[in-house]
Amino acid sequence: MRATVVGAGVAGLACAVELAERGLTVEVLERTRRLGSGCCSWYAGGMLAPWCELESAEPLIAALGAESLAWWREKFPGTVLAGSLVIAHGRDSGELKHFARRTERFEWLEGEAIAALEPDLAGRFEKALYFREEGHLDPRAALAALAERLTALGGRIRFGAVAPQESERRAEGFLIDCSGLAARDVLTDLRGVKGEMLVVRLPDISLSRPVRVLHPRVPVYIVPRGDGHYMIGATMIESDQATRITARSMLELLGAAYALHPAFGEAEIVEIGTGVRPAFPDNLPKLRRRGDTLYVNGLFRHGFLAAPALARRTADWLLEGREAPEVMQ
Amino acid sequence: MKTTDTLTLYGTELRSRLLLGTARYPSPAILMEAVKASGTGLVTVSLRRESAGERAGQGFWSIIRDMGVRVLPNTAGCHSVKEAVTTAHMAREVFGTPWVKLEVIGEDDTLQPDVFALVEAARILGEEGFEVFPYTTEDLIAAERLLEAGCRVLMPWGSPIGSGRGLNNLFGLTALRARFPEVPLIIDAGIGVPSHAAQALELGFDALLINTAVSQAVDPVRMAGAFAQAVAAGREAYRAGPMEPRDMAVPSTPLIGKAFLG
Repeated sequence: MRATVVGAGVAGLACAVELAERGLTVEVLERTRRLGSGCCSWYAGGMLAPWCELESAEPLIAALGAESLAWWREKFPGTVLAGSLVIAHGRDSGELKHFARRTERFEWLEGEAIAALEPDLAGRFEKALYFREEGHLDPRAALAALAERLTALGGRIRFGAVAPQESERRAEGFLIDCSGLAARDVLTDLRGVKGEMLVVRLPDISLSRPVRVLHPRVPVYIVPRGDGHYMIGATMIESDQATRITARSMLELLGAAYALHPAFGEAEIVEIGTGVRPAFPDNLPKLRRRGDTLYVNGLFRHGFLAAPALARRTADWLLEGREAPEVMQ
Repeated sequence: MKTTDTLTLYGTELRSRLLLGTARYPSPAILMEAVKASGTGLVTVSLRRESAGERAGQGFWSIIRDMGVRVLPNTAGCHSVKEAVTTAHMAREVFGTPWVKLEVIGEDDTLQPDVFALVEAARILGEEGFEVFPYTTEDLIAAERLLEAGCRVLMPWGSPIGSGRGLNNLFGLTALRARFPEVPLIIDAGIGVPSHAAQALELGFDALLINTAVSQAVDPVRMAGAFAQAVAAGREAYRAGPMEPRDMAVPSTPLIGKAFLG
């Protein structure tokens, strides 16, 4: 049995690997020339934070996320399970309470416990929320690992290839479209939400886990990428054009990092990235069948958090006829 | 007393005295449900310059347009006359309305309006045919200047935007209400809970604009409904004429017919 997957972002590659592991011969068609170019997964934070995300997401995201976290730990050795830390500056301490009211599976930490986890933050924050069970990964390494796994399972990725037209499709096999915003002509309720991020290099301090800095207007997270690199993200702007970062966004991202620790003032800016997340009106991911194509889309800001759980449901549906009403309309 | 009780802003009758902001909801779908639950007929939308491109932002804006309510674009985040005027022009283009909620922020921590720049921007936009809803303080002279600049609605703050502290300066706000009895006054910003909203309506303010108190509630849709009830109750109380507070107790049970014991 064969399957064709359109799009080599995290949704496409997770589906491809899941189907290949269940015995299918899988080909991924990616319109760009190399892995990661042109997909928003490349610019993701890589936080595997199902319970933090409850702050603004539906419980479904936490459920899919918990499942995905286990999947990543099994498939990708680079998955780090060090929890996540949520902090706020003194005058924004109400934001921490607000965050705590909406989320679950965390503990409150005081100054000393914060310092024990992150020595470089010692003395800087009085209170924090610690989500012990959460993890993170480097999205680019994870995408590369999925691509490698797919090849090892006999599948392949064809770069510079577009989705086959209806007339030229082979009769046998499944077609799974994970092309994100490119599918908006078919999935007309998709919209784009722009995100902007930075990667900086700062050998002077060391953080072991993602830190979210709460702020009433500009919440920012900082994810360690190893080797003194940190990803700072990410804005959320109702726009589907990701041409470039604005000065304001850059100021806000860097300002938040600098406020987390003044050492960030000395960081080198390694990369500036922008991407557009595909989202449905409820900001929840969906599986939809249109004709003979199955669409997996709308992962919004939850690409790495939701893709494995969606890949499983895709495989369950295609191979076993088992539907997943929570992600199907 | 009038039997119908409608709110008229720049000649347009509105079905509800609750105006809703559209920012920071968990999702557009929840925003849509909150709008329904609130019963509002007017929502504010903020415009970022970068979203005003040809196709950018269309997804979100088409959701707003499909909600079947009037749109009041705002100039949130503008810090100068020029920026506010440019944003108003963009808003007119995108939403096809002469209405604009004019915000010119003077200071970033309190998001306090810069009333000097506000008056200037209101004058410019008024001359260009805009119908301006200025976000202002309770300052009487600023209010007077805004009316002179052509505004026919004022939007005084309750307390700083997003602070949820309710009506911060009751004396100033009641003085404003008393000074301009005929001008529609819409409390904009700082409302945290429905009791704040009821209080504003009881004091005779014509309407309220609420955003954060609904969008950041744990259940925004339920909170939108709660605000709708509070606004209705507050308005009815105002129309019913509340009693005056007294310093002394007054028995609420009549003495006549009380049994003589002893």
